[in-house]
Amino acid sequence: METNTALLLALVLPALGTLGNIFLRDKANLRDSVTLGAAVATFLCVLTILGNVGNGTTAPLTLFEILPGLDLAFNVEPLGLLFALIASGLWIVTHVYAIGYMRGNKESHHPRFFACFSLAISAVMGIAFAANMLTLFLFYEILTLSTYPLVAHKGTAEAIRGARVYLGILIGTSIALLLVAVIWTYALAGTLTFAKGGILDGKVAGPLVAVLLGLYAFGIGKAALMPFHRWLPAAMVAPTPVSALLHAVAVVKAGVFTMLKVGVYIFGIDFLAATGASQWLIWLAGFSIVAASVVAMTKDNLKARLAYSTVSQLSYITLGMALATSMGALGGGMHIAMHAMGKITLFMCAGSIYVATHKTDISQMQGLGRVMPFTFAAFLIGALSIIGLPPLGGSWSKWLLIMGAADTGQWIMIAVLMVSSLLNVAYLLPLVGRGFFLKGQGIKADAKIAEASPLVWLPPVLTAFGCVVLFFYAGDIQTFLSPIVAAE
Amino acid sequence: MAGDITHHAALTLTDHLPILQVLVPFVAAPLIVFLGNRGLAWALSFIASAAAFVIAGLLLGHVIDGSVISYEIGGWAPPLGIEYRIDAANAFVLLLVSAISTLVLPYARTSIEAEVPRRHHTLFYASYMLCMTGLLGVTATGDAFNVFVFLEISSLSTYVLIAQGAHRDKRALTAAYDYLIMGTIGATFFVIGLGMLYMATGTLNMADLAERIATQGANRTVLAGFGFIIVGMGLKAALYPLHLWLPNAYTFAPSVVTVFLAATATKVAIYVLLRFMFSVFQPSFIYESSTIEFIILPLAILAMFAASVIAVFQRDMKRLLAYSSIAQIGYMLLGIGMLTETGLTAAIAHLFNHGITKAALFMGVGALVLKSGGSFFDRIQGLGRVMPFTAAAIVIGGLSLIGVPGTAGFISKWYLVQGALEKGWWPVAMLVVLSSLLAVIYVWQIVEALYLKAPAKDITAGEAPPAMLVPLWIMAAACIYFGLATDITVGAAQTAAAGLLAGSAGLGH
Repeated sequence: METNTALLLALVLPALGTLGNIFLRDKANLRDSVTLGAAVATFLCVLTILGNVGNGTTAPLTLFEILPGLDLAFNVEPLGLLFALIASGLWIVTHVYAIGYMRGNKESHHPRFFACFSLAISAVMGIAFAANMLTLFLFYEILTLSTYPLVAHKGTAEAIRGARVYLGILIGTSIALLLVAVIWTYALAGTLTFAKGGILDGKVAGPLVAVLLGLYAFGIGKAALMPFHRWLPAAMVAPTPVSALLHAVAVVKAGVFTMLKVGVYIFGIDFLAATGASQWLIWLAGFSIVAASVVAMTKDNLKARLAYSTVSQLSYITLGMALATSMGALGGGMHIAMHAMGKITLFMCAGSIYVATHKTDISQMQGLGRVMPFTFAAFLIGALSIIGLPPLGGSWSKWLLIMGAADTGQWIMIAVLMVSSLLNVAYLLPLVGRGFFLKGQGIKADAKIAEASPLVWLPPVLTAFGCVVLFFYAGDIQTFLSPIVAAE
Repeated sequence: MAGDITHHAALTLTDHLPILQVLVPFVAAPLIVFLGNRGLAWALSFIASAAAFVIAGLLLGHVIDGSVISYEIGGWAPPLGIEYRIDAANAFVLLLVSAISTLVLPYARTSIEAEVPRRHHTLFYASYMLCMTGLLGVTATGDAFNVFVFLEISSLSTYVLIAQGAHRDKRALTAAYDYLIMGTIGATFFVIGLGMLYMATGTLNMADLAERIATQGANRTVLAGFGFIIVGMGLKAALYPLHLWLPNAYTFAPSVVTVFLAATATKVAIYVLLRFMFSVFQPSFIYESSTIEFIILPLAILAMFAASVIAVFQRDMKRLLAYSSIAQIGYMLLGIGMLTETGLTAAIAHLFNHGITKAALFMGVGALVLKSGGSFFDRIQGLGRVMPFTAAAIVIGGLSLIGVPGTAGFISKWYLVQGALEKGWWPVAMLVVLSSLLAVIYVWQIVEALYLKAPAKDITAGEAPPAMLVPLWIMAAACIYFGLATDITVGAAQTAAAGLLAGSAGLGH
């Protein structure tokens, strides 16, 4: 298959999944199979692109001109391809999980749920393959709007409040800051097409560079940089599959992915390093990393704790960009993959516990490890990967980030990354300890295994296994990403 | 491009397009009354409107390259005779008015069936045609006094149309009365202004006026004339704070009338403002520049915020959208106030984009009203489940109102912010995006009401009839189409902006 055909199919197939859910709303099994088919086909398309292009960069595929000189255009480059691979691959796993979760939990409005879910994936593909900032911005907003119904899904007062915060912050920052940044960039550079080495070198100088970077950094609300992180905990009212794929992988990664794209292809790493415009962002990201970890420790609700953990981990990637070195950018890019695999495991485990026991608070999960060994084992592996211990994927990206910090002499940031690892241990591992070693009420020592259906516990086991596999392929990912920082 | 002016001394039917544009609906109006048949009245209006649409399309095709068509009525050469001048700016507005009208009519048939008693239908269509004639005439003419004549035609018929809402809610009568008084004051100001210009220059032809004002310079009479004209037209355009007639008129008029007025009437008034500011008076007209800087700009920004904030607190969807319109007019004036090509492009593009956006939204409300009997939130809540297609179209219109990328509203906002940045007006750029956030709030109140609440108990299941759904969805689709393909809108707006900024040079013979 031709690369461009595969690219368009990867954009359209999830949208077809949306249509399938709308038109087949009364036939549950057929509907879910169609979506699964769309997910598998999307992943195959992305794999085809990988086979064809490798880690090369293709010429933009222009669909049409939106404004004079500004096209709706797509192309393939390593960072976007990696993001598309992760999102489409994990979509398959999550879809299987979501079927089990939604049915096992007797949630309502399945067609609307899966229709919006597929549409969100379509938007993610658009973001991953966008050839310029305008196209990216278009799909960025579609992603916000298509996930809003998922957050409001339960329709309770709490869900509506959460959805308001979600939409308010994401739309608010994107219109008030990101849009201005995009238009300003266009006014300065006369183009918005992503290009190696950036498009702003020589077009703007002095403190204005830092101001523009600030508009981007805060405007990309999906990256959950403090103080615009409140939407992520608010989004946790959504059903767990949404939290797993969208708010641990697709949506938040779309944010930090955009952040990296802006750093690498709009500003250019060298330009940022030369102007020192991203110095302040290093400090803010460092603060975000530690502060969010500390907040996470205070949360008893498991999903809320994981949400704050995500806020903290996202700032790793922002930090990687702000360091403005090739190691940092590579580490950030790789962390997109590593954190995705680890965090989706944790969220799916949280959902698995909820389906089986309807418990949401960590303090109530004593002894559950004995009856749900698969779930808790997967959680342990995911947690260790987030902490960054070998032989799990998370250790490599953290390693690269530390190297990047060392390159620029940011010793304090090395300390921040280390402290963050310790904090990770402190807020993730107690759950495993409680589950396995403490005695729960009404759970006998010889209790039988009482997991939810395999549709719910198998996916996290698979992704936990993925965390191990990624450890051994980290070198390949680094080689794969290396062109984004290679000199011309 | 002053060189490409085509003069027509009346040859073939094609050469008569400028006058046919106005004449077709004008003739249709009395015919409708004579025929006196409801069905025929509708058919005739639709045919006239569709014909006007085709004519406007042809005209725009002629002038989109920057050329100008000058048509002398009865073969009397201007400045003595009345001249119709078509350039990119007004051809674009003609297209908007006739396109909206053509889409509104199929919708109107079902809608007024529910809102206006049958015995009034024939006269309703006659007034509607007169209103359209007035709007098209104001836009097409190149004669200042002719503007006043057509303005009165459209205004008088508008008062009648708004008063038709009295069958649903008696307050439509006071709304129409308010508009009558204020509209008349506006028109009087306008004609006083014209009188002063005539005293000072001895001509009423716009091109001629421009030439004489340019050569003789500004004196007190001309200045006073300018002031009267701006205030008079500002009232018709609902320029904040001259907007008081608008919320009630939009809220209590029959749904169809609201759709048509919201999408066209204020837009035509904005066009006349543009024409007088840039063609009759020159952009370099020093007094005018300070008028713009110290009066128009602050008022535009005030409108963007004050009206949006008021919109946030409305519980009636029609009234909410009416206040939103006042805010959006602020955007257009802001674009005009920049006095640059980008700013004017933004204003003219927004004139069109907001026209289709508001048409989609008010059509959506009309469909909701047909089902629920009211436009208050407690009546329309939960209808997203009962009427999924109507509600989805309203959401698309709402997104375009916010200016989400991929919708028409985004394009205007893009140019507006770009224009502000080009001038180095940082705070203004920020104010534009901040006021968009207010739009997010009021649009989302509609969305939450439609989708996240349970419908009232007496609501029966079922979608709006296809005659309403199809035009509604054409409008909603247009909101997306013109957000992605901007050849027509931005192309015409840029040509028009360049022409207007060239000032009276663009009007010379």
